[in-house]
Amino acid sequence: MNIELAQVSRWYGNVVAVNDVTMTVGPGVTGLLGPNGAGKSTLLHMMAGFLAPSTGTATLDGRQIWRNHQIYRSIGLVPEREAVYGFLTGWQFVLSSARLHRLSSPEDAASKALALVDMEGAKDRRVETYSKGMRQRVKVAAALVHDPQVLLLDEPFNGMDPRQRLHLMDLVRELGAAGRTILFSSHILEEVERVAQQIEVLVAGRHAASGDFREIRRRMTDRPHLFRVRSSDDRRLASALIADASSGAVSLGEAGLEVQAVDFRRFTWLLPRLARDAGVSVWQVSPADEDLESVFSYLISGSSR
Amino acid sequence: MNSVVAGITYRAVLGRRRVLLLILLPLLLIGLAVLLRAIGSTDENATIKLMQIYAIGMMLPLLGLIAGTGTIAPEIDDGTIIHLLSKPISRPSIAVTKFAVAASLLVLFAAVPTYIAAYIVLGNEAGIATGFGLGALVGGIAYAGVFLFLGVVTRHAVTVGIIYAVVWEGLVGQYVPGAGNLSIQQWAQTFAAQFVTSNFFKSSVGMGFAVPAVLIVTIGSVVWAGQRLRSISLTGEE
Repeated sequence: MNIELAQVSRWYGNVVAVNDVTMTVGPGVTGLLGPNGAGKSTLLHMMAGFLAPSTGTATLDGRQIWRNHQIYRSIGLVPEREAVYGFLTGWQFVLSSARLHRLSSPEDAASKALALVDMEGAKDRRVETYSKGMRQRVKVAAALVHDPQVLLLDEPFNGMDPRQRLHLMDLVRELGAAGRTILFSSHILEEVERVAQQIEVLVAGRHAASGDFREIRRRMTDRPHLFRVRSSDDRRLASALIADASSGAVSLGEAGLEVQAVDFRRFTWLLPRLARDAGVSVWQVSPADEDLESVFSYLISGSSR
Repeated sequence: MNSVVAGITYRAVLGRRRVLLLILLPLLLIGLAVLLRAIGSTDENATIKLMQIYAIGMMLPLLGLIAGTGTIAPEIDDGTIIHLLSKPISRPSIAVTKFAVAASLLVLFAAVPTYIAAYIVLGNEAGIATGFGLGALVGGIAYAGVFLFLGVVTRHAVTVGIIYAVVWEGLVGQYVPGAGNLSIQQWAQTFAAQFVTSNFFKSSVGMGFAVPAVLIVTIGSVVWAGQRLRSISLTGEE
């Protein structure tokens, strides 16, 4: 099944949360990547029928999502908020989900879903006694109980310990491989890269990039990188670096060299060789702008060119 | 109506600390009735005052507020309602179910204790127990609808509800003649007056107004709440 957003915008008063986004989410795992506040939750809520687009349309296989409760036959939703009744046990919570879907044998469906997230052991405890990761898993079980074709997860790996995270990542990958349409949001590139084949990048409400993760990775790598280099003779190393086209600018400061590498691969290949040939010992090479925000802002400036 | 929604709602309302108020207020009413009987003040006038001022004038709107908003507002606040709304169930049927739960709680915690309290003081003399029991029943159902609606449309349902019950019904409704027409308490008393034969009691609103008013307000509130649930927006925590 395909979720389609066509020129979707959403604003709150004067604040634009999502700005003219057009995307199609198809079978397989799609990661919705973006820094905090980029509008990921807003976008996901519009896909899940919990927010009306201010303009544009959100459809599921051509059917309107907003104000259409029938879509929940095909959609499973794992919200970011801890939308779980603490007074129910894990079993009661998932079973209630199965009953609300009017499944023919809710008990079987609930058992299966709890087994899928490895929560059978704790199913008779009240949800309020669960850790954050356990709540997350029981929410996933409740969302999967009717075997939906589409699964939407809002920051699903938040608060999970590494083992639980790997387990859920495997599960999401398997579900995607089985042909389901899965979209999850995250602000962590590594998470998205490990699970998703398709990545949609959202920055400041705009659809900044779209593609397979290798493509995004390449675009994130093939940008001017800023490095700090400390060595036994910064001046000498600087002159050797600037002689090559892989460095766009080199500045010499108190804290060492700042090198703007325009050709990332060549620069990383070249630096140790130049240093060796010039007889300079390199003590430290550190990226000065490797944080996700700067990667994202580069992607935006790239996509608007 | 949906039995799963009803089951979860009962547990949610009865599991909160507010349930204590749901029990304490009617217990107080019965306590006062026992007291009246013990001190021998078992005349019609005293009983009617107890019913008018405490049972219908205070307990009923407060319980209506607790049960009416309590069946939905906390779930919207903390986001748990998403569990019910992300299912292929029509939103109006969720609203109707929540209304039925609130109304049933008011029958149990308001109407029945009202009847019992009046009965303790006077038996069913002058139809007071039956009349006010019925009044509390009808008024409770109307409050359930109105306060459920408030719980869906505003995050300040309890505040708005208290202002309506205390300021409008309690002050304006008592002293401004026309305002009493738009008061659930007054409608409840109109229904009570159908059975109460005592000379100490007269209702200010006629049945010709109260019956359609109760029906329109109750049904209108529930239908409108259902429509508002259809287009409820839940925003993320970004």
